[in-house]
Amino acid sequence: MARNDLTPVLARPREQWASKIGVILAVAGSAVGLGNFLRFPGVAATNGGGVFMIPYFISLLILGIPICWVEWSIGRYGGARGFNSAPGILLALWPNRVSKYLGSLALIIPVGIFMYYVYIEAWCLAYAYDYLSGAMAAYAREAATEQEAVAAYQRHFADFVGMGENGFLVRGSLQKSVVFLVIVFIINFVLIYRGLTKGIEMFSKVAMPLLILFAVMVLVRVLTLGTPNPEQPDKNILNALGFMWNPKTGDQTIWQALANPEMWLYAASQIFFSLSVGFGIVLNYASYLRSDDDVVLSGLTASSTNEFCEVCLGGLITIPVAFLFLGPESLNKDVLGSSFSLGFIALPTVFARMPVGALFGAIWFFMLFLAAITSSLSMLQPAIAFFEEGFGMGRRVSVTCLSMLAAFGSLLVVFFSKNLLALDTMDFWVGGVCIFILATVEVILAGWVFGIRNLRDEVSRGAAMRIPGFFWFIIKYVSPTYLLVIFGLWVYYNLPTRIQDIRSMSSEDRGTVLLILSFLTVLLICFGLLINLAGKRWRAEGRLDGLTGRPAPEPRPAVRERSVIP
Amino acid sequence: MTPAGWVVMLISCGTVVALTLYCYYRVLATPSSSDHLHAPLEIDTHDQDT
Repeated sequence: MARNDLTPVLARPREQWASKIGVILAVAGSAVGLGNFLRFPGVAATNGGGVFMIPYFISLLILGIPICWVEWSIGRYGGARGFNSAPGILLALWPNRVSKYLGSLALIIPVGIFMYYVYIEAWCLAYAYDYLSGAMAAYAREAATEQEAVAAYQRHFADFVGMGENGFLVRGSLQKSVVFLVIVFIINFVLIYRGLTKGIEMFSKVAMPLLILFAVMVLVRVLTLGTPNPEQPDKNILNALGFMWNPKTGDQTIWQALANPEMWLYAASQIFFSLSVGFGIVLNYASYLRSDDDVVLSGLTASSTNEFCEVCLGGLITIPVAFLFLGPESLNKDVLGSSFSLGFIALPTVFARMPVGALFGAIWFFMLFLAAITSSLSMLQPAIAFFEEGFGMGRRVSVTCLSMLAAFGSLLVVFFSKNLLALDTMDFWVGGVCIFILATVEVILAGWVFGIRNLRDEVSRGAAMRIPGFFWFIIKYVSPTYLLVIFGLWVYYNLPTRIQDIRSMSSEDRGTVLLILSFLTVLLICFGLLINLAGKRWRAEGRLDGLTGRPAPEPRPAVRERSVIP
Repeated sequence: MTPAGWVVMLISCGTVVALTLYCYYRVLATPSSSDHLHAPLEIDTHDQDT
């Protein structure tokens, strides 16, 4: 038999998804997170309302969906050649000495995000528990006015996460947020420990429908609230929806409003972060597909599920319900611009005033917890896959090693709790800068190094639907250009402010930022060294033999004929 | 809620709902590759045995 670049794979058993719907829900679960319900509505409402949806959908079309297809197809391509981790997948895509090191970003991004995301996940579960136990209402029981209630929930949140000073872990008493962090950590690791199909896939198949059911329940409640306070007839559901969806151009025409680059930056960033492209997770998940499983329809379905949760659920619930009970005067840029202010201060005030608010508060925060855990479950799988295939470690050993690393990072975030500076620093550098870089690398590698013709052949293999021809032009020219422009704008708007903030910080805060940056740098270097060792191992095992950087030829007709000749 | 707001909301939500329903319909209606392609090829018919 002639040797081709699929040979190494066929010799070894691989972990694979049990069902098509399972992988779609797992990818959708990874994408649907707190950003869909807290970030998107705030960003849309403060950036033109209805006008924002124009750059938003354009960004979805030329950035989100094309990169999603690229990630699905190159992930499956790497998986068909026996690689499930980004270093291996990128090496299969572009066989040379440096390509595997580019994959270190796809390891540090999900692991780094996991370290703080799991903490936010714990807040959601703790808030849901507080609603069920009645504790949440007690926090603002003595508040007579709306402003006092907001202030009470603000105090509660600051105390709950230890925003006042560093050293949250060593205050001398067991903090509730830390207890819930431990609980959430255990849930995550039990599910990850059980494996791809019995853990992640099984949980996603239950949690995603449940998440949508809970969100729809809250949505129906919000849309049927009418005018909650008859003394304030302006605070009615139609005006609330208008606050979110009316095109807001001020004194400008719609074209002048659309000429604002900041609006495009926010729209593209939202699409980008929301679909979880550039995280390295889709690459890893797609690698567990069979070599002729569909990626086009599956990728589009996962993306559309994410969009449904974001536009139809997040867009119709969060801002309208906040408007109904707090009014437009309270929904300023500070509240809408911060997911934490909106989610953990403004919305608890809303639920405190809503009829049967405790029940809906519990449903809402449990729904957020489900959205968060389906995302966090996916974040360690890329690094687990790397340890498994790079060093021959079993899943349980890989999970144990990673759990220690992730726990250390989470403890750093919890300990340096003052103004959530450690969390914010990790989010900016790992959840912002690194993601932009990785997505740019992926799309350039796929469109220019692997080549559009090869990519088209690879994507078309087993495709359940055809990608319109203009998308190939978009993937090759428009997506990388748009991505680079948006990244440039993002750096232009954010980096100077960030550097200025660091300069004006107290020495303690500056120390926190530098410590977190040092930790991330060391982590990146360690992953680079491990990739180097893994590369040597792959070479010694002969796993790099036959890598061509091109799709394997289609199966020969003779094979099919052989089985039907009587 | 202005008429323009209604238009934006209905088009945005309607498009996303329609796309999602269409995708799930196609996913559930299309058999997976392993259901209908692999099995017949993997059956050893011994037709070339001598």
